[in-house]
Amino acid sequence: MISIIIFGLLITLGSTLFFINAKKIRRNILLGKDIEIKDNKAERIKTMVLIALGQKKMFARPIPAILHLFLYAAFIITQIELIEIVFDGFTGHHRAFRASLGGFYTFMISLIEILSVLAFIGTLAFLYRRNLLKVPRLTMNELNGWPKLDANIILLMEFTLICFIFMMNGADEVLYQRGDSHAQNLGDTSFGFTISQYVGPLIYNGMPTPGLHVIERIGWWGHIVMVFAFLNYLPKSKHLHILLAFPNTYFSNLKNKGQFNNLFEVTDVVKPNFDPSYQPVLDPNAPIKFGVKDATDLTWKNLLDAYSCTECGRCTASCPQNITGKKLSPRKIMMDTRDRIEEIGRNMDANKGTFVDDGKSLLGDYISSEEVWACNTCNACVDACPVNIDPLNIIVGLRQQLVLEQSIAPNELNGMFSNIENNGAPWQFSPSDRANWINEN
Amino acid sequence: MEPLKVPTMAEKMANGEIPDILFWVGCAGSFDDRAKKITKAIVRILNHVNANFAVLGVEESCTGDPAKRAGNEFLFQMQAMQNITVLNGYNVKKIVTGCPHCFNTIKNEYPQLGGQYEVIHHTELIQQLINEGKLKVQGGEFKGKKIVFHDPCYLGRANDVYEAPREVIQKLDAELVEMKRSRAKGFCCGAGGAQMFKEAEKGNKEVNVERTEEALSHQPDVIAVGCPFCNTMMTDGVKHFNKENSTKVLDVAELIANANDL
Repeated sequence: MISIIIFGLLITLGSTLFFINAKKIRRNILLGKDIEIKDNKAERIKTMVLIALGQKKMFARPIPAILHLFLYAAFIITQIELIEIVFDGFTGHHRAFRASLGGFYTFMISLIEILSVLAFIGTLAFLYRRNLLKVPRLTMNELNGWPKLDANIILLMEFTLICFIFMMNGADEVLYQRGDSHAQNLGDTSFGFTISQYVGPLIYNGMPTPGLHVIERIGWWGHIVMVFAFLNYLPKSKHLHILLAFPNTYFSNLKNKGQFNNLFEVTDVVKPNFDPSYQPVLDPNAPIKFGVKDATDLTWKNLLDAYSCTECGRCTASCPQNITGKKLSPRKIMMDTRDRIEEIGRNMDANKGTFVDDGKSLLGDYISSEEVWACNTCNACVDACPVNIDPLNIIVGLRQQLVLEQSIAPNELNGMFSNIENNGAPWQFSPSDRANWINEN
Repeated sequence: MEPLKVPTMAEKMANGEIPDILFWVGCAGSFDDRAKKITKAIVRILNHVNANFAVLGVEESCTGDPAKRAGNEFLFQMQAMQNITVLNGYNVKKIVTGCPHCFNTIKNEYPQLGGQYEVIHHTELIQQLINEGKLKVQGGEFKGKKIVFHDPCYLGRANDVYEAPREVIQKLDAELVEMKRSRAKGFCCGAGGAQMFKEAEKGNKEVNVERTEEALSHQPDVIAVGCPFCNTMMTDGVKHFNKENSTKVLDVAELIANANDL
């Protein structure tokens, strides 16, 4: 009875905490400017299925893609076992579904076990790649401190979770063979789960029955505690991508990557010069801010991008400027954006829901103009992202802020602007010479 | 060589003619000495097939691409609306550009500002002319030569045009070689995003040197490009490695025009 109460408390507390944190993240994302993304529902669902569920873009790098698939498949399928764990937890049963599901039960648990072994290999390989092999994109300076620790914590949590699954099934298998398991005896001599029927006896055969009951319970409780620990770790971690990859790919940019948005605030002012019949829509006396200075000048999609980023660094590893040693790193743009909107969120929490100016901004305090000006707008980062994050959209917003609000573009670019304005070309040629090539030899 | 026939829209209009297609030359194609050769190669192809085309001549102005990528949205929209006014004034329906940046901007960013046209890049036009049988291509001086194609970002990744330039090059009976970073994984030449007009930020290498190094690792006779800015960057890169004598940087239009003595 006591265990049922503790179980109930765990589930309630774990779910409530997650709900509170999830609400905060939703609030933070909606601090971004509103944009409407409601078109092409069918294509959006297709994109989500292919990119998020199907992990299509991961396979540009086959080795990490396969390792990641192990973890991903194990994660998804293991959730099915939670149904039984929750049922058992609330009713005091033990493997309640085994008798009624029969062969299907054996199949499901076996599948979970096989995937768990693959995930076990996956986590070890990922720990190796990060900490010993030191894959360049996973060991860059921008990951020093929390990001590196975060990545390792996630992997260790996954590793521990898998160990709990095999403690539970392994010890229970030996108990069942001895006729001491709390599971209903169906007259057979083994659960018959693919992995634990061999591994269980191998590890636990020599142990006394009371000790095995303890190990089995540690595995069972460890499993469910870990699931809730993980759920509540997500909002603080880059690992949030396991949830947000889905909405983020759904709301992907479906247009040609080369198409940058035209700012309506500008069109509204410029258009009357060319079309006298055009009536401006925006109030000319209302202050207009151009471009992106702080994280709240971004759209909610930009902020959703930032929360969906798992810091894999494929963007940065494909960035021509980063590859040639410049300061720009698209991953850092996303990490900075998330850090800043989190900071704004905490500021609001501490000040009864309103933001109190802290004298900081995304541009300047997090992202330097040196980074912003280095970009080639080549879309390599956008193409590389496995969950369709668009760092370029943020970079262009920051450039608009620097040029239109702060008038601090590099000198050569100011020269280029005035050439276009005066000569209709980025260089200092007279517009009347534009057709000279026709008669030149 | 026959003199080029390059009618302007104004001349066509004065004669009561309506051209089928407008050739948008672009700033580089109009003013840059190297890029002007590409422009002329495109015209030679157009003349060869007797295309009913025209240029805007002095009425053309920068599309605003470098201003927009550099964050100057005001200047971009001023340029865009000025160009749209001219294009709509001539009732232009179809445009071929000699530059992927002009191509991208007019195709993707002009429509919401009132400029709706069918826009193709010159490599797509050449591909169409070959497929329609209007242009017969022989390998000529490029037969059996090793050609590596560099994808312009604003043609490839930005607009998913990967096959047109490759199909055209393959008509030359040449050996088309792919770099490891090609198509959607193509590596920028270093000019995009208005970098063409400024010094690079502090780093340990120039982007064009990195890219040219990759292209040269295949020991090509020709680095083929489809963008006047890529052309400049790759040409500088080839000079950096002192390979001007063994590797030429040529636009796809030049390959076709030169191979066929147009």
